[in-house]
Amino acid sequence: MEQRILVVLPHPDDEAFGLSGTLAKYISQGAQVTYACLTLGEMGRNMGIPPFATRVTLPEIRKKELEQSCRAIGIQDLRMLGFHDKTIEFEDQEQLDGRISALLTELNPSLVITFYPGFSVHPDHDACGAAVIRTIGTMPEEHRPLVHCLAFSNNHEQSIGKPDVIIDVKDFLNAKMESIKAHRSQFQAAELLGNGKLSDKEIQDRFGTERFWTYAI
Amino acid sequence: MLLINKAEVQRMIDQFQGQELYVHLEMTTGAYAAHLDSSKHPAATFISNARIRYSQGSISGDGPYRVGLKMDHGWVYSEGLTHYEDGDMQRLIMAGHDSQGKLVVALQLSREPF
Repeated sequence: MEQRILVVLPHPDDEAFGLSGTLAKYISQGAQVTYACLTLGEMGRNMGIPPFATRVTLPEIRKKELEQSCRAIGIQDLRMLGFHDKTIEFEDQEQLDGRISALLTELNPSLVITFYPGFSVHPDHDACGAAVIRTIGTMPEEHRPLVHCLAFSNNHEQSIGKPDVIIDVKDFLNAKMESIKAHRSQFQAAELLGNGKLSDKEIQDRFGTERFWTYAI
Repeated sequence: MLLINKAEVQRMIDQFQGQELYVHLEMTTGAYAAHLDSSKHPAATFISNARIRYSQGSISGDGPYRVGLKMDHGWVYSEGLTHYEDGDMQRLIMAGHDSQGKLVVALQLSREPF
């Protein structure tokens, strides 16, 4: 059982589809979760239908959505690190790694969850995962936490194989769906849930399992 | 955001003419474009808080709209604009949204940085 978990992801809503059920499950078993969200997703393309957000108002809206999602999951500690959407791969690495390193020192997590670098589609995802892996790689081996990665690029299994951590989250689908729905500016996107309403069975099949790859550092 | 009112936007463009402004100009097909459909080209570009001053500017078309701003040494051009922020007299916030509501293009002008 993991007691202290640090989640490092770049965008509000990155937590919702891939690991909200797992986090809700761990939290129900007593885990303390810190979620470090690098940006406010301020360059997102979904603005509601019809659009209710602008480039100017989107950061504040997505911040509130993120807070609501964290409440739905039960996350005890949310940190918003203030980086700018789409720029993580261009950031000063020393500064980025320094922020992650400070969190690792402060929280001493037994498990860190992030994106699998190179297999997570969005440049921010890959750069976020790479920064976490790089930073943990500088720690003495005996102090390194376990690292579980999310991956979803096309054909990722051909390179990194099948996920070795498979979490059944069917008992936590309420929290997961509330987390997804909290991201109201993103939620209406057709590619996420489609246009129709999903049946309970479809929700279970589609969202009932979450998958991670243990990263060997 | 409301559908663009061409006359209102033209009034705002006229109001800012000849002034030092901050511009945010952006176009994107989204980071997931090719992930979801390999025939799509993932492209995104933005420039934020560059300083400009234009001597002439107008909105054109019947919707989606085009905006062109003539500067001393070049142009700012944007096509595909559909929505604007109604009632904001300090800034001109415009965006082009596709049929799924996603932002494709943005053009914003303000006397203060964004």
